[in-house]
Amino acid sequence: MAEQKEPVTGIKSPVYLHYRFTAGKAPTRFLTRLKEGVLTGQRCPRCSNVYIPPRGSCPACGVATEEEVTLGNKATVQSFTIVSIPIPGNIIEPPYVVANLVLDGANIAFIHLLSECVNEEIHIGQRVQAVWKPSEEWDYAMDNILYFKPLDEPDVPVDQIGHIPISGWRS
Amino acid sequence: MAELAAVVGIGQTRYKTRRGDVSMAGLLREAVDRALVDAGVEFADIDAVIIGKAPDMFEGVVMPESYLADALGAVGKPMMRVHTAGSVGGSTALVAASHVQSGTFKRVLAVTYEKQSESNAMWALSTPQPFAVHLNAGAGGYFAPIIREYIRRSGAPYNVGIKVAVKDRLHGARNPLAHLQLPDITEQEVEDSMMLWDPLRFLEACPSSDGACAMVISAADSVTGTKPPAWIRGGAMRSEPTMFAGREEVSPRAGRDCAADVYAQAGITHPRKDLDCAEIYVPFSWYEPMWLENLGFAGEGEGWKLTMEGATSLDAGGDIPWNCSGGVLCSNPIGASGMIRFAEAARQVRGDAGNHQVEGARLAMGHAYGGGAQFFAMWVVGADKP
Repeated sequence: MAEQKEPVTGIKSPVYLHYRFTAGKAPTRFLTRLKEGVLTGQRCPRCSNVYIPPRGSCPACGVATEEEVTLGNKATVQSFTIVSIPIPGNIIEPPYVVANLVLDGANIAFIHLLSECVNEEIHIGQRVQAVWKPSEEWDYAMDNILYFKPLDEPDVPVDQIGHIPISGWRS
Repeated sequence: MAELAAVVGIGQTRYKTRRGDVSMAGLLREAVDRALVDAGVEFADIDAVIIGKAPDMFEGVVMPESYLADALGAVGKPMMRVHTAGSVGGSTALVAASHVQSGTFKRVLAVTYEKQSESNAMWALSTPQPFAVHLNAGAGGYFAPIIREYIRRSGAPYNVGIKVAVKDRLHGARNPLAHLQLPDITEQEVEDSMMLWDPLRFLEACPSSDGACAMVISAADSVTGTKPPAWIRGGAMRSEPTMFAGREEVSPRAGRDCAADVYAQAGITHPRKDLDCAEIYVPFSWYEPMWLENLGFAGEGEGWKLTMEGATSLDAGGDIPWNCSGGVLCSNPIGASGMIRFAEAARQVRGDAGNHQVEGARLAMGHAYGGGAQFFAMWVVGADKP
């Protein structure tokens, strides 16, 4: 006689969705230059705002963007959070700092890690700089940049975050 | 809008971490059956079904509306799926209402759900993007920096979020359907809970819930049931891009514009005075003061003062109680969460909100937001036929 078994009430059945990403013109250019260690944005012909990563159009004006803008490695902290939970499939150990950063010359933030810093001392308006992987490891990916680290520069006043020229911040 | 419409039936499941005893179809049917009974109608009386839920990735079932048609009595009837991320529950109610207001149908069934236990919604929200670093740590990770900016510019004390977390859980303890039942929660307990996404602690975040919510919306000449109808006095949706230069993320324009539209329709000039209560989508504690300002209940930088004064607390006898049901901080079946806000507003003006009833409530607001706070859906319902 068969042994009494617990009823099966559920099983785990992971779902995977694999995408073939068709980059399009603007992201292709962005990714190609990223592999060369250069950050590139695009300027909107109507509102003049510079977007990175560029998507070939301005989400506010709804017009195509063509003009390419080469950006540097310095940025300002727009805001941030200190995260205490791990990201599945990511080796980074909590607590880690995820910041919304605006590169000099850009008008939109992207997220990246902050490191080489004291978490409790991070603040809005802080100046930071990209730390890149060794060039032989560069790929078509934003994690060519390992993280951003604090710079010894004066803070940017809040109303000027997102409006710093490519030439950099001078208080 | 041409025709007058009203909520005549509401059905909800009990919200909990895992409903292993029912399938998705069974979960929805539970809410739908209750809504039909509440309205005093049967499937045969329903002209069309409008269904909403959060992205399909949350359960890994693609286009679930196709498989659910049978369970929802929708075979042979018009059926429509609504997609607006976390605001979808509110949008689904508005889409259903518009099908009555347009004169297309007399009676529409609206239903929303999430069965979060069948997947991992937090990480389904955090899919890698090809031109960004993979650092997305769920919705909390996205909203925490925006909350930090609100705290900076408003100068709010650190414990406003803690206050909201306690207030909504005490409200939830009055509502037997609420997922989290924490009648003894204290501010110290919230403060001591783990910091997940600084400045958001574990007890300042919503739970993951299974659950469904349904409503029957009728034309004025087809009102049924024994309870008073909740008349739809105004409804609106607005959206804006998630990312654009100079975006006001703390108080998005789409939210302000949406509220202004709804208030104009309902004849509201001072939301705090004119409304008796509100069910507002607050999945993270600090969104109460932020939405108090965005929705015009308080001036810019003043929202946190209402929270701290107890103005939004039913237990403190506040003048404008928010989330008497316990809100999203107590129950969060994501796709249904917005509709629960809309339904709870309707319960209040029907005088049918049980132990979390605001005495004499005549006019109430339901609100939902979603995505990167770029989708908004709101309605105002009233006890009085306009």
